[in-house]
Amino acid sequence: MTVAQKYETVIGLEVHVELHTNSKIFCGCSTAFGAPPNTHTCPVCLGHPGVLPVLNRQAVEYAMKAAMALNCTIADVSKFDRKNYFYPDSPKAYQISQYDQPIGENGWIDIEVNGETKRIGITRLHLEEDAGKLTHVDGGYASLVDFNRVGTPLVEIVSEPDLRTPEEAKAYLEKLRAIMLYCDVSDVKMEEGSLRCDANISLRPYGQEKFGTRAELKNMNSFRSVQRGLEYEQVRQAEILDDGGEVVQETRRYDDAAGKSFSMRGKEEAHDYRYFPDPDLVRLNISQEWKEAVRATIPELPDARKKRYVDTFGLSSYDAEVITASKKLADLFQESLSYTKDAKAAANWVMGDLLAYLNAGGLELDDVKLTGQGLGEMIGLLENGTISGKIAKTVFKAMLETGKLPGAIVEEQGLVQISDEGALLGIVDEVIGRNPQSVEDFRAGKDKAIGFLVGQIMKETKGKANPALVNKLLMERLK
Amino acid sequence: MSITIKDVQHVANLARLELSDGEQQQFMEQLNAILKYAEKLNELNTDDVQPTSHVLPIVNVMREDVKKESLPLEKVLLNAPDEEDGQIRVPAVLE
Repeated sequence: MTVAQKYETVIGLEVHVELHTNSKIFCGCSTAFGAPPNTHTCPVCLGHPGVLPVLNRQAVEYAMKAAMALNCTIADVSKFDRKNYFYPDSPKAYQISQYDQPIGENGWIDIEVNGETKRIGITRLHLEEDAGKLTHVDGGYASLVDFNRVGTPLVEIVSEPDLRTPEEAKAYLEKLRAIMLYCDVSDVKMEEGSLRCDANISLRPYGQEKFGTRAELKNMNSFRSVQRGLEYEQVRQAEILDDGGEVVQETRRYDDAAGKSFSMRGKEEAHDYRYFPDPDLVRLNISQEWKEAVRATIPELPDARKKRYVDTFGLSSYDAEVITASKKLADLFQESLSYTKDAKAAANWVMGDLLAYLNAGGLELDDVKLTGQGLGEMIGLLENGTISGKIAKTVFKAMLETGKLPGAIVEEQGLVQISDEGALLGIVDEVIGRNPQSVEDFRAGKDKAIGFLVGQIMKETKGKANPALVNKLLMERLK
Repeated sequence: MSITIKDVQHVANLARLELSDGEQQQFMEQLNAILKYAEKLNELNTDDVQPTSHVLPIVNVMREDVKKESLPLEKVLLNAPDEEDGQIRVPAVLE
């Protein structure tokens, strides 16, 4: 019996998303990634005595926007609390966070796994400040502290324990990422740490209502690593339960390279954070008008867009899912439709040549110069016979690399399809004359021989001959 | 509600304070005196008073999202016990 047959897995995720404000949440220091250590710090974020934090309005509005997009109820009254702990990544020895009055609560998102839609509850979304970055040196005897990241605004998004498989956890993260990108509140780059994920995971025998003892899994820094870490943890806990043992409630660090998780600390010495309201920050009242003003900035979200693409343009559910998972990809597709009515053709080019090109080069959409207008116009040139399907591939590649419009590329490179009967006839006759064997084969009933002749004509015209016309002329000549 | 020696030890441990037996006793008494004083508030009827986290009658103090000059690195490091390559060097903390 496999783990999945014997035990039900229960997973809840805590996701931290850095908001891409210009300045930090409580001071004017830059939030830009990659600056030299400690150059984006000031007395406020360094926690010097006597300084006062002042809340960044944009951070609040991004958090509200994200919470709304996750279908949360937005608080009428919210506040900030101090979470106290000693660790070198926190210069104040407390983190300003939200304890009992988060910005948003009781939300949900829908995920799709194996063709089935499942609703995952969002317990809460709250606003807080990020901590600094530690680098361990001297074989683990010392740490170097960079406080640049301290004070970067974060939202922590806590899911209900509604996820049942590592695959669902990955789908949840991908959907969450897409929603944050659509809302334009974060870059959500896991490799730059702007999206970070911790997971609570436990196992229980099927039918048991009470949750099993959970472990908290940390240090998973890619979506695949989250899935693999959870898969490893499933097996580890199942083995303990199979042997009649008990899972210890603890925090475990997942080492992706080793493919194993390691105990970090037991929960017996669980943190006592002694939350209390931050006296330096006054209460936040969120009026109905303010909520509506923020709500008005939320664009069409991935699910709505996907549904529209399926309903209006007849795209397959899968194609629509892939295209809408990235806002930039969906925007490009959308733009192309201002220049062509053939949405399915546009989707095919995006799903086929475009994604293949990006995947092959390990590229992002930003790395190529293709525009939606270019794609749409190219489909138009195909439709009206200016270029052949084969030439279109050449044009498409040129658009990816240069960003030029297809009309200009076709003209510059002389790629216009030859649809002039008179011009083609000469070439057809010449090829027939040069290949008596193929002509004989064809007349003897070997239909394949015509393919060779078509190929020769295409070669002669550098792929520009109108294929339908070539076929027609050849058949007439060989009759 | 009253504070026990165990509570004092727990809080001292969280605050990384080492207290002698005499100090533990002293702080226990002082903390209990403070709590007792605060209990006076229970004499008031607060049924119609909204709980608040702040005594000031102001809300929604915010700044616009504008970048400002940060502190020069040499000033940032002035208070650092030790430094290395522009970073603050501290003894490793084991997780």
